[in-house]
Amino acid sequence: MKNLLILGAGTSGTMMANHLISKLPKKEWSITVIDQFKTHYYQPGFLFLPFDIYTTKQVKKKGEKFIPKGANYIQKKIELIQPDENKVILEGGRVLDYDILIVATGTKIAPGEIEGMDGPMWYKNIFDFYTYEGAKALRNKLREWEGGKLVVHITEMPIKCPVAPLEFAFLADSFFKNKGMRDKVDITYVTPLGGAFTKPKATEALHHLLEEKGIKEVTDFNIERVDYENNKIIDYAETEVKYDLLVTVPTNMGDELIERSGMGDDLNYIPTDKATLQTKDHENIFAIGDATNLPASKAGSVAHFEAEILTENILRYIKGEPLRAEFDGHANCFIETGNGKALLIDFNYTHEPVEGTFPLPGIGPLKLLKESRTNHMGKMAFRWIYWNMLIKGRHIPFVSTNMTEKGKHFETLEK
Amino acid sequence: MIKTFCKTQVEVKVSEDGYLEDMSQWNEEIAHEIAKEIGIELTDKHFEVINYLREKTEAKEPLTIRKVGKSGIVSIKELYQLFPKGPLKYSSKIAGIPKPTSCI
Repeated sequence: MKNLLILGAGTSGTMMANHLISKLPKKEWSITVIDQFKTHYYQPGFLFLPFDIYTTKQVKKKGEKFIPKGANYIQKKIELIQPDENKVILEGGRVLDYDILIVATGTKIAPGEIEGMDGPMWYKNIFDFYTYEGAKALRNKLREWEGGKLVVHITEMPIKCPVAPLEFAFLADSFFKNKGMRDKVDITYVTPLGGAFTKPKATEALHHLLEEKGIKEVTDFNIERVDYENNKIIDYAETEVKYDLLVTVPTNMGDELIERSGMGDDLNYIPTDKATLQTKDHENIFAIGDATNLPASKAGSVAHFEAEILTENILRYIKGEPLRAEFDGHANCFIETGNGKALLIDFNYTHEPVEGTFPLPGIGPLKLLKESRTNHMGKMAFRWIYWNMLIKGRHIPFVSTNMTEKGKHFETLEK
Repeated sequence: MIKTFCKTQVEVKVSEDGYLEDMSQWNEEIAHEIAKEIGIELTDKHFEVINYLREKTEAKEPLTIRKVGKSGIVSIKELYQLFPKGPLKYSSKIAGIPKPTSCI
């Protein structure tokens, strides 16, 4: 009997277990999923929780429910990976041997990287919304906040879901309008990037939306520290931005397990082949989702597209065939823009988001890079798709793994 | 785009925003000229950073401010002092390497 271990039961790990369970011969392969936490969170929902759009119940379920029958599930902390000995050591000392290892340990926030961030004012007037705890604490704060300077801030790239902080700013604008207190709130968007987003075409569209909603932008801001006594963030060039309420996306880092095991880069992400998802140092170790150092978005849609290619590559690896080098960095994200509308962007390693229709070329019904109510409905429907199709590894109709160029308005192609 | 550097009178290919397209065409004279356009007077310390950036680019390692800060050559604070306003953008431009793409 051979062993395939999956570390992490988040979006990627759960999807991989569901894909592989029906594909690997049961008599030859045993699949084991290991995760220290009981709860599986619907992370896109963390954006809506602070504004009371989603309830806490809508964003969490018991993780074990989504692990396929036939796979083993161990709820334990992982102490160490020993890649040269093909062993994984769990907390308490239990040792598991593997023939193939899939690392899906994700990324998490590291507010401790910036001086003053997670100090005495953490969750008092400084919040993150990338964790369940942060989103919930922020919800409670927003319920009673009487207004002032709201600063939405990104610490450093890369971050999980790079559009989420923008969406947060847009939703905040709507939220305070609906509460009849928009005039009491000053919203500023502070980013280390040169503009609103990482891709020029989308940056332009998003910049107009920010302007339209009266949200100020501070760009090229690389934070050095939070002066929590005087309520301001200060960057390396001595620029200061004052806040009454700071909603920040802290530095994102891969799991400490990766650092302990000596397998990561300076942010604990695993060097991984961007087309095959095989790790660069060990041929029987594969990485997927936020845990990799791929130059793609850290997002559930990326993990979803990766999972289809990785499944095939695991099967090829077992047969001793060459791997399919086909992951193109495909990402597909809804961007909530407030007032019941959303944008949709579709892009990959080489193509930036453009206008057009999705998923059916020329038909849609979703429009790319244009605000619409249909796009918002799509985002809302996605929660159901996530729990019922996506993490169960079911194919989503019409949505292809590699990005299609049909129905899109490409002007220029990057190299 | 072709750019001619006055002092050296060499023609080099540059991108729209002035980054060298072929890092092998770079030399210290060119570095001084680009720096002057930006308004930076280059010192030995600047060149230590520039050489580090060139080495890492040759080794195909992606560059970030965090990475330079951990290089042991300068802290992030010092990098800002050397290349005010655009620590990675300006240092890359002067080093004759492609414009750093921020991660997605």
